[in-house]
Amino acid sequence: MIRINCPYCGERDHNEFSYGGDATINYPSLDASEKEWTEAIFFRKNIKGFQFETWHHSNGCRMWLVVERSTVTHEIKSVKPCHPDLQKVVKNNK
Amino acid sequence: MTKFNAWNVIKNGLNGQSYWTRQWRDPEPKSSYDVVIIGGGLHGLATAYYLAKNHNIKNVAVLEKGWIGGGNAGRNTTIVRSNYMMPGNHEFYEHSLKLWENLSHELNYNVMFSQRAHVSLFHSPGAKDSVSRIYNIMRLHGTDAELWDLKTLKKKIPHLNYHNSRFPILGAAVQKRAGNARHDAVAWGYARAADTLGVDILQNCEVTGFTRKNGNIESIQTSRGIIKGKKIGFAVAGNTSVLWQMAELGNLPIESHKLQAFVSEAVKPLLDQVVVYGVGGAHFYISQSDKGSMVFGGDLDWYKSYAQRGNLPMVQDVAEAAMAIFPSLGRIRLLRHWAGVMDMTMDGSFFICKTPISNLYLNAGWNYGGFKASPASGWYFADLIANESPHNYVQNHNLERFEKGINIDERGAGPDPKLHG
Ligand SMILES: Cc1cc2nc3c(=O)[nH]c(=O)nc-3n(C[C@H](O)[C@H](O)[C@H](O)COP(=O)(O)OP(=O)(O)OC[C@H]3O[C@@H](n4cnc5c(N)ncnc54)[C@H](O)[C@@H]3O)c2cc1C
Ligand SMILES: [Zn+2]
Repeated sequence: MIRINCPYCGERDHNEFSYGGDATINYPSLDASEKEWTEAIFFRKNIKGFQFETWHHSNGCRMWLVVERSTVTHEIKSVKPCHPDLQKVVKNNK
Repeated sequence: MTKFNAWNVIKNGLNGQSYWTRQWRDPEPKSSYDVVIIGGGLHGLATAYYLAKNHNIKNVAVLEKGWIGGGNAGRNTTIVRSNYMMPGNHEFYEHSLKLWENLSHELNYNVMFSQRAHVSLFHSPGAKDSVSRIYNIMRLHGTDAELWDLKTLKKKIPHLNYHNSRFPILGAAVQKRAGNARHDAVAWGYARAADTLGVDILQNCEVTGFTRKNGNIESIQTSRGIIKGKKIGFAVAGNTSVLWQMAELGNLPIESHKLQAFVSEAVKPLLDQVVVYGVGGAHFYISQSDKGSMVFGGDLDWYKSYAQRGNLPMVQDVAEAAMAIFPSLGRIRLLRHWAGVMDMTMDGSFFICKTPISNLYLNAGWNYGGFKASPASGWYFADLIANESPHNYVQNHNLERFEKGINIDERGAGPDPKLHG
């Protein structure tokens, strides 16, 4: 089991989360070329080693996270909210 | 190499089995070859064999970083079928199935291909309609396909759980010519047959880099020295992106994910077919090996990984699916389970194509389904390498199809590799 330290909920088993994918994709502007859009949607680095990837805490706070994880050992170096500003909103509402 | 035939079996039986020769040589690498195939899985070995057999290109090497068949070739659940519907795919997989039907004779090696039928259960009228469409398309193309109603199914496989009220079994889509084979034997059979035709199979030979000249790859750095190849083919399954980047080619429409397989203790004959159960979140397929073990699997582990090691949530998922459909397995003990790293693509279909480097050819993107594909994969990859242009069946199985918008997405799951299977 991989343990992911959710910044909102604390450390949880990875099966509370759903894997998103590569967190480093930059989507081009709407009028960018077909080639640029094809690259962004379909082509991946598919890193063997540490990569930034998104996870959704779907059976928890339902927030999206950016996780730095090794795709070889599954070791996790860091977990951050995808949208840090959301954290403030959540806190303010409490 | 001693041929396997009745005469040799008797002769060796009388002589303490002393006349058998090695199955394949263990040669020192030559400095150069006409074609170098990287990856000694089924696809690499089959390609080398068909290069020699169909195209008379015999100065060929297969470079394997470990031992042949140590990758996905020796890790899969051995299901062979051709129930595909997309243009290109159904012709390709049907040709593969035809090659399977004669493979033991072709290779003079018993690959234990057993056409025991592939039985895909359906659980709702919608699922029945959708699978009927696919199986009708198969019939229109001359592939065998049929539907079993509940009565037939109960007669053939009486011990499925027919009392599941959440997902009642309504019937099954069946391909009778489909079945299983022995995966190791296929790797060894291709290796032995290719070696006999002159192919060098170089094990413990890891590719670590490429030297480029005039846009081509001039030579290959390996753990056994520098090897040149006039033409080079990649057939490294889950490691495709790693080699692609070694050749400085950038990104690919591929992600590496791991899939697990499970083998139980041996039991008496229990299941004559391959059974597939797929509803909602569950996905489960099972058959019984000739030794009596139940061989089964489910979905991949849902997160990208290069580890040949499975995680526990999927063990639980698969066990739950097993109990839902096959409650009589409840007390059976698991003997072994492992994982393989698969080259999952953005539309679930494979690549047999040219690359931006003119002497480099790509064979990749086999998802869960590359075992059944291996004979045709070797056939058409060898054809591409020898003739420099893709056969009709694989003309769209290239890297340009995404930009052109002609994705070959059997499942209609969209550009998320983990969703294809
Ligand atoms: C658990 C599991 C179950 C499966 N079940 C089925 C099934 O039921 N039916 C089906 O049709 N398919 C199935 N598959 C898929 C099928 O096994 C694969 O698609 C297929 O084996 C891949 O092709 P291959 O045999 O050439 O790959 P591999 O055997 O993985 O061959 C690639 C080889 O390349 C070598 N290599 C990698 N990097 C280098 C390097 N740098 N230098 C030299 N060599 C290198 C590797 O060591 C490896 O031996 C399954 C896969 C898994 C993991
Ligand atoms: Zn959370």
